[in-house]
Amino acid sequence: MKRYSAFAVAREAFRYHMGWERAWASPEPKKKYDAIIIGAGGHGLATAYYLGKNHGITNVAILEKGWLGGGNTGRNTTIIRSNYLQDPSAAMYEKSRSLYETLSQDLNYNIMFSPRGVMMLAQTQHEVRGYTRTAHANALQGVDTEFISPERVKELCPIMNIEGPRYPVLGALWQPRAGTARHDAVAWGLARACSAMGMDVIQKCEVTGIRQEGGKVSGVTTNRGDIACDKLGIVVAGHSGQLAEMAGFRLPIESVALQALVSEPIKPCMDVVVMANTVHGYMSQSDKGEMVIGGGADGFNNYTQRGSFHHIEETVRALCETFPVINRLKMLRQWGGIVDMTGDRSPILSKTPLGNCFINCGWGTGGFKATPGSGWGFAELMAKGQSPLCDEFSLDRFKEGRFIDESVAAGVAH
Amino acid sequence: MLMLTCPNCGVTGEESEFAPGGEAHLKRHGPGSSDEEFHAYLFAKENPRGVHFERWRHANGCGKWFHAARCTATLEVFGTYSAQTTEPPKDIKDKISAKRPGWSWREVE
Repeated sequence: MKRYSAFAVAREAFRYHMGWERAWASPEPKKKYDAIIIGAGGHGLATAYYLGKNHGITNVAILEKGWLGGGNTGRNTTIIRSNYLQDPSAAMYEKSRSLYETLSQDLNYNIMFSPRGVMMLAQTQHEVRGYTRTAHANALQGVDTEFISPERVKELCPIMNIEGPRYPVLGALWQPRAGTARHDAVAWGLARACSAMGMDVIQKCEVTGIRQEGGKVSGVTTNRGDIACDKLGIVVAGHSGQLAEMAGFRLPIESVALQALVSEPIKPCMDVVVMANTVHGYMSQSDKGEMVIGGGADGFNNYTQRGSFHHIEETVRALCETFPVINRLKMLRQWGGIVDMTGDRSPILSKTPLGNCFINCGWGTGGFKATPGSGWGFAELMAKGQSPLCDEFSLDRFKEGRFIDESVAAGVAH
Repeated sequence: MLMLTCPNCGVTGEESEFAPGGEAHLKRHGPGSSDEEFHAYLFAKENPRGVHFERWRHANGCGKWFHAARCTATLEVFGTYSAQTTEPPKDIKDKISAKRPGWSWREVE
């Protein structure tokens, strides 16, 4: 792998940019790997990356049904924050946020991490109390957040209408180190780094069955032949239920559609991320100038990557009240992704009833922010069979009744 | 947008007129059940990519609950029926079998 640098750009400028190599290879699958990761989205690639980087396991294949990063990795609204309420969540998301800070340097790939700050608006007394509590919890967890006044909200985001009338802004939970990153670049950079370590990123390779011997996983059946493996990691978000069924167990997960939309690009008008959970909407401005808007998830099981019109209306209506300046913006694109929701709105990173088969799922509406942290913890779990980051997120927590209840802290947007 | 017909009042409306209520035909385990059964009832939901049976409420209408048979991969609605049943009526099962060859009704755990 040739390093990307200012020197490389200058060198290529002198030879008509003919010297750039492919960022990652497209190999044929081998017969056997030490570990197979199903799903080449952000979390799957991050898992493979840290398996190689932290644990020296590089005989790894990452299998992808479609194209790399074409699922929820390329469909989210790129928000990165760690202001969660519960300790296990704060540990996981803060680890992830801190890894994002140096990920561009680690990967030698610009993921455009922009710690511009995220504010979650409190628009009811209930939210004021909730976020004040979260700010206190975060202080104990070592996560840098504070509860700020409406005046400070207005100062940070002048285009916002804080007067209401229906939902006046009463304050906000402000995390200055949170922000956004380029989601595609995270997948591409990780794939490039995995490929450079000798791992095989295999696209258009759909897993159709999971083979087992004596209660342990022995390989997978794919549309490109059988591939054997010692360890298997399932990291497929919305389709986790299908893969779990192939492996012979059932997950406490329901798949629903979550959608987002972007406007036409406009001049810079907002340099923070604003989330308004009471009115079901959140917005940030991308580096291209588009306003990136997300809203609530569908209430019913759904595998179509579409979304529904009345949710767009609900979200946009709320944001027009909050940001009157966007009233006349045209919307460019709208899309949906399938998110895997657990009962407590926290993920599952766990061993499974099938030996040497591990699952990383249940990130629901908020997986992008956790990409490197999830990979870090899940790689450790796969390599050593145990990880302090993942312990609390095991599959049996539902049976044991020890939920990591983030539905209160997360609200709608996540 | 989903279009559903309420079997209680006969009104056909858009999805925003209805409220989804989760999986239908659940066996409600309570006191005396094993941990496994109770866990399965509370959390291990059916999450099929395909034919699914759900509870819906005609929230902005007659207010009554009913069941719907729907495909989660295409959003096709096979039909709606009364909530006072333990399994879908035969005509709905036949309709699904005709449209989804190989499909069969599973016994509820």
